[in-house]
Amino acid sequence: MLVGCSNDSADADGKAAAGSHFLQDTGGSARGDFGPPQGEPIQAILTDAPMVPPPVNRDYPAKVIVDLEVVEKEMEISEGVRYTFWTFGGSVPGKFMRIRQGDTVEFHLKNHPDSKMPHNIDLHAVTGPGGGATSSFTAPGHESVFSFKALNQGLYVYHCATAPVGMHVANGMYGLILVEPPEGLPPVDREFYVMQGDFYTVGKYREKGHQVFDMQKAIEENATYVVFNGAEGALVGDNALKAKVGETVRLFVGNGGPNLVSSFHVIGEIFDKVFFEGGTHYQENVQTTLVPAGGSAMTEFRLEAPGTLILVDHSIFRAFNKGALGMLKVEGDEQLAIYSGKEVDNVYLADKAVEEGAPVIAGVAAAQQAGSATREDQIAAGAVLFNGTCSVCHQNNGKGLPGVFPPLADSDFLTAKSQEKVISAVINGISGPITVNGEDYNSVMPPMSNLNDDEIANILTYVYNSWDNKGDVVSPAKVAEVRAGTKRPAGAAH
Amino acid sequence: MVSWLKSSRATLAIIVMAGVAPGFAGAPDEAPTLPGGAFKTVVPFEEGKDAVLIPPFRMDPTVVTNGEFLGFVKAHPDWQRSRAPRLFAGEGYLGHWKDDLELGKDVLADQPVTRVSWFAATEYCDVRGGRLPRWHEWEFAAAADEERFDARSDPAWRQRILAWYAVPSNRALPEVPAGIVNAWGLYDLQGLVWEWVEDYNALLVSSDNREQGGADKLQFCGAGAITMEQKENYAVLMRVAMLSSLEANFATRDLGFRCAYDIPQE
Repeated sequence: MLVGCSNDSADADGKAAAGSHFLQDTGGSARGDFGPPQGEPIQAILTDAPMVPPPVNRDYPAKVIVDLEVVEKEMEISEGVRYTFWTFGGSVPGKFMRIRQGDTVEFHLKNHPDSKMPHNIDLHAVTGPGGGATSSFTAPGHESVFSFKALNQGLYVYHCATAPVGMHVANGMYGLILVEPPEGLPPVDREFYVMQGDFYTVGKYREKGHQVFDMQKAIEENATYVVFNGAEGALVGDNALKAKVGETVRLFVGNGGPNLVSSFHVIGEIFDKVFFEGGTHYQENVQTTLVPAGGSAMTEFRLEAPGTLILVDHSIFRAFNKGALGMLKVEGDEQLAIYSGKEVDNVYLADKAVEEGAPVIAGVAAAQQAGSATREDQIAAGAVLFNGTCSVCHQNNGKGLPGVFPPLADSDFLTAKSQEKVISAVINGISGPITVNGEDYNSVMPPMSNLNDDEIANILTYVYNSWDNKGDVVSPAKVAEVRAGTKRPAGAAH
Repeated sequence: MVSWLKSSRATLAIIVMAGVAPGFAGAPDEAPTLPGGAFKTVVPFEEGKDAVLIPPFRMDPTVVTNGEFLGFVKAHPDWQRSRAPRLFAGEGYLGHWKDDLELGKDVLADQPVTRVSWFAATEYCDVRGGRLPRWHEWEFAAAADEERFDARSDPAWRQRILAWYAVPSNRALPEVPAGIVNAWGLYDLQGLVWEWVEDYNALLVSSDNREQGGADKLQFCGAGAITMEQKENYAVLMRVAMLSSLEANFATRDLGFRCAYDIPQE
C-alpha cells in the first residue's frame, strides 16, 4: 500500500501487455482438415527448378492430381562431367508441387520403363506410415497410386526412400512440396526454387567424363560436389536468377542432402524474413540460415541495389571448391546512397565479365593468327578453362581485385618469374605476402589439384597471351616436368 | 481364367512326369556344380543369424537367351505372347519381340531374354528339368569374381556392381556370354541383367516381421537396417530391393533368368 501508485506506472509503461505477447499457433494437423474435397479434381502444375508454380489462390479444399514420373538419366553435374541421376520428373531437384492445406492429393508415381531400379516417394508433407513410401514402391514400367490429405501447412522435402535410401537420395531423388496456408502466402514479386544436394563420385572434383557413384565417399560424408539445383553452374551466368531493384524475392530453399547440412547465405543480401525450417513462424534480419538435410527454409528479401548477389553454402569451401554457388542478378539503377557498388560489381559480376571478356578473348586469339595452330588451340581451350576456374578470383579481364586477388593482366609477376615458377604456383598454390605491379598481397591461392597437365598448359598459354602479357607458350610436357619435380606432402591430392 | 489355371496345372503335372523321360534329364552337362555350405547372406531369414546352409546345386553358366526362349514357346504355345494370360505374364511380356514366334530384326537370338514373368521363367526351367535358383544360391554364386569364390569384401567387386546400376536400361543388351566368367564357371551374374529367383517373394516377408512389424522393410526408410551397416552388402541389397518390387507376372525390361538344378541324392 505504501507504493500503491506503482501499478499505474506499470500500465503506463505497457509492461502488463507484454504478458500477452505470444506467437499465435496454427493448430497443426488437428486444425488442418477442412472437410472432403470440393469441386472438380485439379491437375497439379509442376515446375522444374528454379521455377515455382503459381499461387494456389483457392478458398476451398480440392482434390489435386499429381503425376510424377521417375526417370534415370545421364546429365552434366559439372562442365564435361557426366553422371547418371535418378530424378523425379527428369531433372534435379524434382518437380516443385504447390497445394493448399486441407487438399486431398491423388498421387500417381510412374517409374519409366527404361529405369533400372524400383523407386518410391516419401513426402514429408504426408501424415502416415513412410510418408507414402509404403504405398508407392514401384517397379520399372509400372505406376502406383495413393492419396493423402495435406493436414499441415509448410514447405516440405520429398525424396525416394527405396533401399538403399542413401544412394537413391545421393543420385538426386528429392524435391519440394509447398502446402500453402488456407489464406495463401503474401504476394511477392518473384519466387524461386533452389535446392542443395551433395554428390559422391569416384573421380575427383571436375574430373572429366562419366563418373559413377562412390559409396565409400558417401558413407564418409566426403562430398565430391555440393551444388544447387543439381549441377555446378545451374544458377550461374545465363542461368542466374534475375530480378529488379525494388522487388521482393521469396526463395523456397530445400536441402536434399543426403548428408550435408547447408549454411545458406546470400552474399550481398540480408534476409528480411526467414521462415526457418520451412515452418510457420519467421525470424527477421537474418544473414545465414541453417537448412537441414531433408529440410527447408523460406527466405524473403527486398532488393535495394543492383548487382549480382551470390547464393552460397557458407560452409565456404563447398562454395568455391565443390560447386555450391549460384547467382541472383539484380537489374536497376545504381543506389549509391545504399552502396557504392564498385567492389561488389568487380567481385561478383563474373557472369557479366564473361560477356565482356568474350571479345577480348576473341581479339587476343585473332592477334595470335600468325602463331602455330597449336598455340591457337591452347589459347582457345585455355580461355574456357580460365573462365570456369581462375576468373572467380582473377576476374575474366585478368585484373584481379586490388589488394585481394593479384592481377594477371600486364602482370610483372609473370614477367619476373620463370615459367617453372608460374607453373608451380598453379600446381602448388601460393600463400603469404607477394608484390604484384607495386601492390602488396597477402592471401592464399589454393593448389589447383583438379587441373591436369594439358589444362594447366592451356590456361597459362591463354594467360601469357592475354592482356599485354609476353606471349609465351606453355607445353604440357613442361607442366609434367614441374609437377614431377615437386615435393608433395603425403596424402595430398595429385 | 480359372479353367485355364486348372488346365495349366494339369499341363504342369504332365511336364513334371515327363521330366523323368529322356530329353528332360535334369542339368545340362555344362552347368557347374556349386558346393554350397554355410554362407553369410545379406538376407538372413532367421533373426540373429547371418549365415544360411546351402545344399549343393548346379546352375546354368549363362542366362537364358531369346533364341532358347523362342524354342520354349514354340513347344509350349500357352506361353506365346498373345496366348499367355495377363495373370501369369503381365503387360509387356516378350514385348520386344516382333511376334509370337518371331524375334524381329533388332532382337538377337543370343541376347538375354528379358520381359519374362516369374511364372514363365519357372515353367521354362521346369521343362528343362530344373527350377529357378533360390536367392541364397544366386547370392552364393554371384559372390565370386574371376579368381575368388567370395570376393565380396573387395571394393572393386562392389564398385563393379554399382557401376552397372548407373547404366539405364534403355540400351541394347550384349550377346551371351557378355562379360567375365567367375570362379565357379558362371557368366554374367553381375553387370548384364536382373535375374528372377524362385523365392523372390520371400525376401521381404520372412526377413522382416519381427523387427519392423510389417513387410515393408526394404520399401522405405527402415530399409535393411539390420544388415546395412556392412557396406559390402549395400550393392547386393539393391538387387534384393529390385526383386522385391516385382509381382510374379511382371515382365520388366532388363529382367531375365537362368535355371538351377537339384543334385539327385544317391
